[in-house]
Amino acid sequence: MVQTFKHQSEYKVIGSRPVRHDGFDKVTGRAIYGGDIKLPGLIWGALTRSPHAHAKIKSIDTRAAEKIEGVLAIITSKDMPETEDKMVDLGEGDENPRWTSNKLMAQQKVLYKGHPVAAVAAVNRYIAEHAATKIKVEYEVLEAHNDVDSALRKDAAIILESLEGDDLGEEIHNTNLAKHEKYEFGDVDKAFTNATYIEENTYTMQMVHQGYIEPHNATAFWDEEDRVKIWTSTQGAFTARTALSNLLQLDVSRIKVTPCEIGGGFGGKIPVYLEPIAALLSKKTGRPVKMMMERTAVFETTGPTPGGKVWVKIGADKEGKLIVAESKIWFEAGCNPGSMIEPAAQCIYAPYDIQNTRIDTYDVIVNKPKVAPYRAPGSPQVAYAMESAVNDLCEKAGWDPLEFRMSNASDKDTRRGDGVKFSVIGTKEVIKATKNSDHWNSDLGTSEKGKVRGRGISHGYWFNIGLKSSVNLNVNKDGTVTLIEGSTDIGGSRASISMQAAEVLGIPAEDVRPSVVDTDSVGYTDVTGGSRTTYATGFAAWEAANNLIVEMKKRVALYFDRNNEDVNFESGVFSVEPDIENEKPERKITFKEIAEKIDDDDLGGPVNSVGSVDLESAGDGFGMHIADVEVDLATGKTDVIRYTAVQDVGKAIHPSYVEGQMQGGAAQGIGWALNEEYFMQDEGGMVNSSFLDYRMPTSLDLPKIETVLVEVPTPLHPYGVRGVGEVPICPPLAAVGNALKDALGIRFSDLPMNPAKIIKAIGN
Amino acid sequence: MANTNIHITTTINGQPYEFLAPSYMSLLDALREIVGLTGTKEGCLDGNCGACTVNVDGRIVDSCLVLAAEIDGCEVETVEGMASSEGLHPLQKAFLEEAALQCGICTPGFLVAAKGLLDNEPNPSEHRIRHWLAGNLCRCTGYDKIVKAVQKVSSEG
Repeated sequence: MVQTFKHQSEYKVIGSRPVRHDGFDKVTGRAIYGGDIKLPGLIWGALTRSPHAHAKIKSIDTRAAEKIEGVLAIITSKDMPETEDKMVDLGEGDENPRWTSNKLMAQQKVLYKGHPVAAVAAVNRYIAEHAATKIKVEYEVLEAHNDVDSALRKDAAIILESLEGDDLGEEIHNTNLAKHEKYEFGDVDKAFTNATYIEENTYTMQMVHQGYIEPHNATAFWDEEDRVKIWTSTQGAFTARTALSNLLQLDVSRIKVTPCEIGGGFGGKIPVYLEPIAALLSKKTGRPVKMMMERTAVFETTGPTPGGKVWVKIGADKEGKLIVAESKIWFEAGCNPGSMIEPAAQCIYAPYDIQNTRIDTYDVIVNKPKVAPYRAPGSPQVAYAMESAVNDLCEKAGWDPLEFRMSNASDKDTRRGDGVKFSVIGTKEVIKATKNSDHWNSDLGTSEKGKVRGRGISHGYWFNIGLKSSVNLNVNKDGTVTLIEGSTDIGGSRASISMQAAEVLGIPAEDVRPSVVDTDSVGYTDVTGGSRTTYATGFAAWEAANNLIVEMKKRVALYFDRNNEDVNFESGVFSVEPDIENEKPERKITFKEIAEKIDDDDLGGPVNSVGSVDLESAGDGFGMHIADVEVDLATGKTDVIRYTAVQDVGKAIHPSYVEGQMQGGAAQGIGWALNEEYFMQDEGGMVNSSFLDYRMPTSLDLPKIETVLVEVPTPLHPYGVRGVGEVPICPPLAAVGNALKDALGIRFSDLPMNPAKIIKAIGN
Repeated sequence: MANTNIHITTTINGQPYEFLAPSYMSLLDALREIVGLTGTKEGCLDGNCGACTVNVDGRIVDSCLVLAAEIDGCEVETVEGMASSEGLHPLQKAFLEEAALQCGICTPGFLVAAKGLLDNEPNPSEHRIRHWLAGNLCRCTGYDKIVKAVQKVSSEG
């Protein structure tokens, strides 16, 4: 059953901007991130990695490494427990432990450059890393496939021999095609014959990385009772526990995951990489084992979001009604199946109301790292294609791109490309706010000689997930409340969750003291991802706070010698009306005053409560971005000179951190648009696997990022919160591309739109 | 791996320190593993992200690119040395008030780098701030609120 809420307009805590609870620890260097963990007797682990993207392992010789003083253990795939062959739900994407185990430690073949083949434990990090280089591996190099066209060639080398592909429900073998799905509504072919204007193009893109600054890390201790403790930087301690349970073949109750502070994730710290390896090295040595991943390996072996190609064909009638859309989406899954083709299909047409739609999606195995979620996984790629096509269609027909988007905008009950119908959404409100923004109503200004300017807009959409969260609340004698939660705080969620409890309790945000705890100490909670945390864990906090008020009312009733149902609560004050019959007067007591009395008087013992939710959706989110660019015609370099992000956020609990999500997402999208890519060698392997060569945006590359928060509350959440974090990475690719089209008259349909491509296109 | 230990005498955040470190050990590792100051973060170990920024004798450096042995006789300041008995440094306070951090892993490096700028140039332009901080990567914020926080301190200064 879906509960819906009416929303009040006046809040005391919601919408304010308190200092985040973990802020002091994070500006003083005291906060303990995964890499900061130290334990008595700690030793270090390191990995031996493949230099080849695709090769048979002929032999592994560990003898030289074993002889190095300080080396305590070496493991290979033979030490990995045999895993089940089944799909496991990990919150933002399913995983088959059989594939995952093979991805983490190569069995017969290496499937991507950097694929681990052995691991070493040694007394310190230097010796472990040195010993890992002394493990001799003999390879028989095979042809590597870097992209979907190469992998789907008839004569392509088969990457996963045991793969059973799924081509529209038909099982296929001896293939690199893991899955082909189709979604179709209306009569697409007929609609195209009725279309006056048609736009068709193919858009290509490379893998890009989440680019979090903190490398992956793990510390593990496997004890004599086969109980495993893990300390790590993860987006989901419980998700990591589930993954480890499958990989290590241990019951979940034998694994305790302590989520440390986390230095960025964006989806990339949902999967486990080092955790199971550190655990197995600990099992073998009886010592706690720590591992830190080197930056090259972070790029080459973790994360990325799929590259691939998207073909789009759209048609409109002569009045400007978008009547038909067709697309084919090929995504690189990396070395294992699962490239977010489903969300791509869910997102591609979402901003529009189109009656006739068809989508084909293809999940393709290539010799690259297995992709991981990255902020709205799959959506930016398809938004780039669709929003470029819409721009070019409008240009062809002479329509205003903003008005066209308004007259074709999706609304309540519009059907998405995958068939799902929307609840209350803010597509039109977002377009309206874009039209009214200062940016849209300011001109581009003039550039100096040798430079040209252009402006572009683009939609972005993400569905936002709900899932499971748990919160416990405890009342302290000083009137404060401790809030126990399982959601890793990547960007201020301690604050946004505590504020929702504080609003219910009528106390300041600072009086709710949040703790993110390990998997033994709070109920199951899904990942910090899918834009779900402020929504779902905040919902659980709201529920726990309401349950806490029920408990507090019982104490107030005892204190005033009245019945439970006589006690009212409003704005932090409990009160009872006068009981004239029994000569009992009107009484009032604040939350803090009654809290002080609970320990002293016989009022029923400590006060605590629980909130637990399992939610379907975090309210669909739409955004629109405006990009102004200036291109240097001599160098081909593009500067983003003004940028505005408009987004329906439902209700901003802590507006500063909502703005921060929008600005951060926009910055990642701008990097993706203009510069970031996995630059691959023909024989496989990424050649730009350092921050210097991958070159994410710096402070000097970006302008101020203006934000416009639109609030169309979702009826699914008590405060109307919508997921916020993922939408803002979706529009920048096409917003920048459309701005370049405006500036140069050239459509760039291959990402990134870097100086080399621009120079080539303008013919300098 | 020749393991020669080097005797190092140094001042860190105003306190004298004396320790032995292997000749190949970076300042970053010495701070984190020997001295026990883990506020300075490892991001890339090749000088490209700035998460390990510290101040050595008035200059900001990537501590992953400096050998521990090189700080013998030097004065080192890390993020742990910014707050005093009077409270947070104005930059730390501004970072909190302006919500200039999300995950916080880059924050120590940004704070030490920004202090290095304002110590010498109390009123830098926005462009100067952006240019100075371009050696520190942040993936969460898009830099907007970081630049605003530094501007806030410089205008109050």
